[in-house]
Amino acid sequence: MTTRLASGGRLIDRSTAHEFTFNGKRMGGFAGDTLAAALLANDQMLVGRSFKYHRPRGVVAAGPEEPNALVNLGAGARLEPNQRATTTELFEGLEAGSQNHWPSLDFDIGILNNYAAKLLPAGFYYKTFIHPRAFWKHVFEPIVRQSAGLGKAPKDRDADRYEQAYAFADVLVVGGGIAGLQAALVAGQSGARVMLLEQTAHWGGRAPVDGVTVDGQSADEWVKNAVQALERMENVTLRLRCCGAGVYDHGYVLADERVADHTPGDGRPKHRLWRIRAGRIITATGAIERPLSFAGNDIPGVMLAAAVRDYVVNFAISPGDRTVVVTNNDDAYRTAIALHQAGLVVPVIVDARAQANGALPMQARALGIRVETGKAIAKVKGGKRVTGVALCAQAGEGAVLEEVACEAVAMSGGWSPVVHLWSHCGGKLTWDAANAHFRPDATRPPTTDDGSAMVIAAGAANGALLAGDCLADGHAAGLAAVGQAGAAAPEAIAADESPMAPVWIMPQGAAPALKAKMWLDYQNDVKVSDVQLAAREGYESVEHTKRYTTLGMATDQGKLSNINGLAVLAGALNTDIPQVGTTTFRPPYTPVTLGALAGEARGEIFQPLRKTPMHGWHEAQGAYFEPVGLWRRPYCFARAGESHAQAVEREVTNTRNALGLLDASTLGKIVVKGPDAGKFLDMLYTGVMSNLAVGKCRYGLMCSESGFLMDDGVVARIDANTFLVHTTTGGADRIHAHMEDWLQCEWWDWQVYTANVTEQYAQVAVVGPNARKLLEKLGGMDVSKDALPFMTWADGTLGGFRARVYRISFSGELSYEVAIPASEGLAFWQTCVAAGAEFGVMPYGTEALHVLRAEKGFIMIGDETDGTVIPQDLNLGWAISKKKADYLGKRGQERAFLASPDRWTLVGLETLDGSVIPDGAYAVTEGTNANGQRNTEGRVTSTYYSPTLKRGIAMGLVRHGASRMGETVEFPKVGGGSVKAKIVDQVFYDKDGARQNV
Amino acid sequence: MTRTGPGRMFDASHMPQSALGGAVFDGFARVQEIGPLGMISLRCALDHPACPAAVQAAVGLGLPAQRRIIMDGQRAVGWMSPDELLLILPYADAAAALQRIAAALDGVHHLAVDVSDARAVFRITGPRADQVLTKLCPVDLAALAPDELRRTRAAQVAAAFWREGDGYTLVSFRSVAGYVMGLLSHSAQRGSELG
Repeated sequence: MTTRLASGGRLIDRSTAHEFTFNGKRMGGFAGDTLAAALLANDQMLVGRSFKYHRPRGVVAAGPEEPNALVNLGAGARLEPNQRATTTELFEGLEAGSQNHWPSLDFDIGILNNYAAKLLPAGFYYKTFIHPRAFWKHVFEPIVRQSAGLGKAPKDRDADRYEQAYAFADVLVVGGGIAGLQAALVAGQSGARVMLLEQTAHWGGRAPVDGVTVDGQSADEWVKNAVQALERMENVTLRLRCCGAGVYDHGYVLADERVADHTPGDGRPKHRLWRIRAGRIITATGAIERPLSFAGNDIPGVMLAAAVRDYVVNFAISPGDRTVVVTNNDDAYRTAIALHQAGLVVPVIVDARAQANGALPMQARALGIRVETGKAIAKVKGGKRVTGVALCAQAGEGAVLEEVACEAVAMSGGWSPVVHLWSHCGGKLTWDAANAHFRPDATRPPTTDDGSAMVIAAGAANGALLAGDCLADGHAAGLAAVGQAGAAAPEAIAADESPMAPVWIMPQGAAPALKAKMWLDYQNDVKVSDVQLAAREGYESVEHTKRYTTLGMATDQGKLSNINGLAVLAGALNTDIPQVGTTTFRPPYTPVTLGALAGEARGEIFQPLRKTPMHGWHEAQGAYFEPVGLWRRPYCFARAGESHAQAVEREVTNTRNALGLLDASTLGKIVVKGPDAGKFLDMLYTGVMSNLAVGKCRYGLMCSESGFLMDDGVVARIDANTFLVHTTTGGADRIHAHMEDWLQCEWWDWQVYTANVTEQYAQVAVVGPNARKLLEKLGGMDVSKDALPFMTWADGTLGGFRARVYRISFSGELSYEVAIPASEGLAFWQTCVAAGAEFGVMPYGTEALHVLRAEKGFIMIGDETDGTVIPQDLNLGWAISKKKADYLGKRGQERAFLASPDRWTLVGLETLDGSVIPDGAYAVTEGTNANGQRNTEGRVTSTYYSPTLKRGIAMGLVRHGASRMGETVEFPKVGGGSVKAKIVDQVFYDKDGARQNV
Repeated sequence: MTRTGPGRMFDASHMPQSALGGAVFDGFARVQEIGPLGMISLRCALDHPACPAAVQAAVGLGLPAQRRIIMDGQRAVGWMSPDELLLILPYADAAAALQRIAAALDGVHHLAVDVSDARAVFRITGPRADQVLTKLCPVDLAALAPDELRRTRAAQVAAAFWREGDGYTLVSFRSVAGYVMGLLSHSAQRGSELG
């Protein structure tokens, strides 16, 4: 049984009890517990099932490296899958459930896979499900997906909120153990701006658990003083529960702060993602203990030795009355001693080394603990719990010498520095043979803009495993980060340790049956035998082996398994570990929840939503909106009982017959001013703008350098030096940037200034036969045909509003576009609605706008153009100056394929049966192309039902279009059949423009 | 384009309306939409001898140094780019100021436009006002000069801000005023203080 000890536990507060549930079962714990500690206190050793074989899984570790104890945490809108119980702080009412089991944790049907394990080796899925090909998608994949998978994906909208924050530091220290604290102290004392992060809720790391003393103080005391000293420094910021997740170029670091994971529903953001820019980054991220590979090392009750120590010392957890310690190093003896000091029994310490005579082994022996050197665990006995171990000689093949009954096994295969953050941005590693681990190579660090080291590894993360070295290394890192040499470091003292011995397989000559029960990756069920099989099948690269076996591909990303796995691979390939190398360390170090990455960007502020001054009025009218860029524009103003199509029909008809109002505020408006403004616009537009008279308007086309049409609109000449350029709604920012690009980079000596004044004005299109009547009723300026003819503009007032009125038309009707300062736009709109009642005024939306312009054969950027169309294709040659020496796009348009007479050109299309051609339809012709596809000779670019003509109308690009008037082309429909259309002039209505020239 | 004259026949409210009508959010800092303010974007060669006189004529202030803003009561002039200034003044004064600029820069290549209606303006105030901006703008506020005008972004949109009184004044485009108010309110919620 695992139980709570009667006393001790440096992190728990026994006066504050918390009740929680696991798989619905009520359990109790204390404030300060992790969920893993609380589960162990309740004898809940079995916490999950493995991914492939559904083997029983227990807690292995006590930190972020935990591969097994993953739970569904919370419920409903606070459900989070794959949460590590070892890093989850216990709180009152916590709900957790185990994962990857069916129908229950104790009785899991998937365990049958375990007995078929011989049939499910590495690459099983690749080999088995490859034929027949079609079966993968429809048969195999659904079955595999159903039986695999870890946690449940939450289905409800997340109840919590998240945020991000920016921070800046001269020195960022990641890790709040003694090395990190000392580095921060040294850097802070130099006056540098320091930020110190610690992923857990406590400062100090391992030192207090391991009984280290610093300058004569206990580690706990020293840590407390160090933190107090740091808190007194105004230039130092400390953040607990904040995990350095990723290191990127130029000192950019992402850190995930778990603000309220342990206090759900208290109104604080759940997580905060810090986006930090640091001059130097010190990674004092510690080290992770490695498991040993012996048969049955995955049976619940087998734990990392340091984790056992953490549970005993920090949380007063007994892993069982009897714990066998198995090790290849001295450090694990601390666990035996800690267990002994807690009054628990260590029947034997199994040490794979030939001898163990260091200070710690001698101390263990002095305490009366039996030490067996040169020995190994042949196998662990037990199913859902450890019941004992069988011992053998490490040098042998596994012949059992004796069996020892126990409830837990504490294993230690040595320590691997946490090199992730060092490696994220290119820091290289070196193999340290003495400690059998990779550690940062200080001569090949990730570098910053000036070529200096961007990251400095410190302490155990730098391979300085012993407390004295660790603290001194943190001190040196702090000094290096601020470019100083300084005072001596404080002295940390811990027991000396004798050298460890690399042990990758236990016993070293283990037979295949044993190797098939030696787990490397607990979560993904990768065993020693799988890696060896991969090597036999030719997988020499560690990256390939990883993907073939799935070693290190689980949610823990191989924190426990990688080094052991590649050591086994090296052995199988008969090469050295450094030659095999490591897989790539990629951010984040531990999973960062998507909510934190999204930050504030959800709901109403998911993305900026641009609103015109009249947006609220449209909403109140029940307008149906469509996105146009980041704007939302009314598509139509459907009335009660009206379909959208009916609304559009009504809006079109009313605008043709009476009076329509369009919110045209989103139209781009750019002021272009200067002595060279005319010359500049002559280059930007295909036509001539420089000779436009003051007070006049002219339609123009803008092309990209390659000749393709990219925007159109009306230019108004304001005065001798000033033009106002109208762009499409989507073009405003893009065209303004295009202008500045040319002015700043190419024509920097031209005297032209531009300003994007799109949002300065609300623009209202007053359209229809009654348009003039409305403006005359508002009064204030002469809008008569003589005073304000077609394609002119004037400043004045309308109904007391400051107005600039453009006499332009995109509908073919009598039309005025009225620009009003945005802050009075809504009032003007409302005034028009009220005053226009007697003239039959109705607002209309973008769809009616489209239909009105299509009836008139006007092109729309984005419909008739798609980035491959030139103005000549659209019969817009009249808007291209033949006289000008140059304009942007001119040379592009002269290229052979753009000048070809075979291009598809714009025509009108009239269906023979009056129906509407499907949007995007292609006109087909005889024969097939090289790919066996039907040949085409054109496509529809705009297609609508015309309420004015009471039939379907369309525009399209057709091969040799202009010369084929009267011919019939055929458009197949989706789902069969086709529609025939006659090629006609693109202007369907009022070709002479009589309606707008009134 | 003046607002007086005989054409005024409807009793609509001609008072200029800011985008959000002065919306307020009270969190650990106070967020308030203000305005509309008079704003003029002036582009010209800042080292042209006529430039200081034009600015003086428009708002009665001198030229700011690079990335600085000079404030005096309701008037201010901020450096926006090597050839652009932002002039701030009471809304009703913008038209007259534009005329004075035109007169002072007669014959000098320049562009002065009224952008009073193109902007939304927010005040973020309180002892922790800086934390609201820290969550949205990639700006090192500790390195911000007291009279610095910082052009930056707030989450996904362009913004500019400067220190003023017991907090900050932030300017964005008018069309995204609702988004910016949402951002500032989200970031100022009680319980999310940074420390």
